[in-house]
Amino acid sequence: MKDSLYHGRTPEEGVTFAGPGIMVGIKQSVPIAVSVFAYGLVFGVLARQAGLSLVESVLMSGMVFAGASQFAALALWQSPLPAVSIIITTLVINLRHLLMGAALFPWFSRLPPSKAYGSLFFMNDESWALTMGRLAQGDRNAAFLLGSGLMVFVFWMTATVLGRTLGNIMQDPSRWGLDFAFTAVFIALLVGLWKGKSDILPWIAAAAVALPASHFLPGKWYIILGALVGSLVGAMKNAD
Amino acid sequence: MQIDMASFLTITGMALVTYLTRASGLFMMKRATFSPRFSAWLNCLPGTVLISMVAPPALSSGAAEAGAAVATALVAFKTKSILPSMLAGIVAVLLLRAVV
Repeated sequence: MKDSLYHGRTPEEGVTFAGPGIMVGIKQSVPIAVSVFAYGLVFGVLARQAGLSLVESVLMSGMVFAGASQFAALALWQSPLPAVSIIITTLVINLRHLLMGAALFPWFSRLPPSKAYGSLFFMNDESWALTMGRLAQGDRNAAFLLGSGLMVFVFWMTATVLGRTLGNIMQDPSRWGLDFAFTAVFIALLVGLWKGKSDILPWIAAAAVALPASHFLPGKWYIILGALVGSLVGAMKNAD
Repeated sequence: MQIDMASFLTITGMALVTYLTRASGLFMMKRATFSPRFSAWLNCLPGTVLISMVAPPALSSGAAEAGAAVATALVAFKTKSILPSMLAGIVAVLLLRAVV
């Protein structure tokens, strides 16, 4: 993936950013919006379980707009709030956006900065993948990303509100087995992230560090430490 | 309608670092290319963060949790979808806790 991701640093000619591209992006994103909606419902329900108010849940979905990191934040959410751990974990999970943004370079490098960096707020895994597919096939309207991102955003927000509100039905989370829900969601996300054998060693290294660290280190530092060791192992092994 | 200052600042901090990651890829590419090693490191981050979060609760909580973790992974592998996987994990943990 790391090589095929790049179409080089040569800007493509004739790239536009026009209204119709937004509409095409919206229409083409119906299938991914449906799965984002289900995902958002789960987020809303778990946000309530973690103790977030409706306003806080909506603010998080609207301002952060990055699913995996939001689930991670919920798992860390407790009183008093470990703000630094939550923000660092968010940053680390979302650093993958660097690669995604870099891959858009040939089409976005010559756009007016307000359009390029405005669209990037809405860049999510699914919309990025759709956009890369279209642009690589010769579409020259970069507004597709904005349309797709807006579509996903609307579904993500609606589902957050609905899930957070419906979550009120369930009173005692552990009686429903919901205390296991976070672990289950993370396992499902992990299965989706699995790229092949090259993940085995970094993942084992991360787990091997995180397990003992969770017993001996205070707070949630085992997450950062496990991720750091695991990802460095991956960087050493997979770079060549 | 409640929001306290600590929550608001935490969410704002999350939002700022997240937007920074979204904008920086393009910004940095206008100036330099990413080395293969740096790209490989970035590629490994989401998976290793999640496995670090999941390994302690899944593997050191007890037999019921460990069994339910396996059940969740199997359903996730089959369905590739969050909702059924989560439901399978919850049902499995409830059943196993009743038995173990």
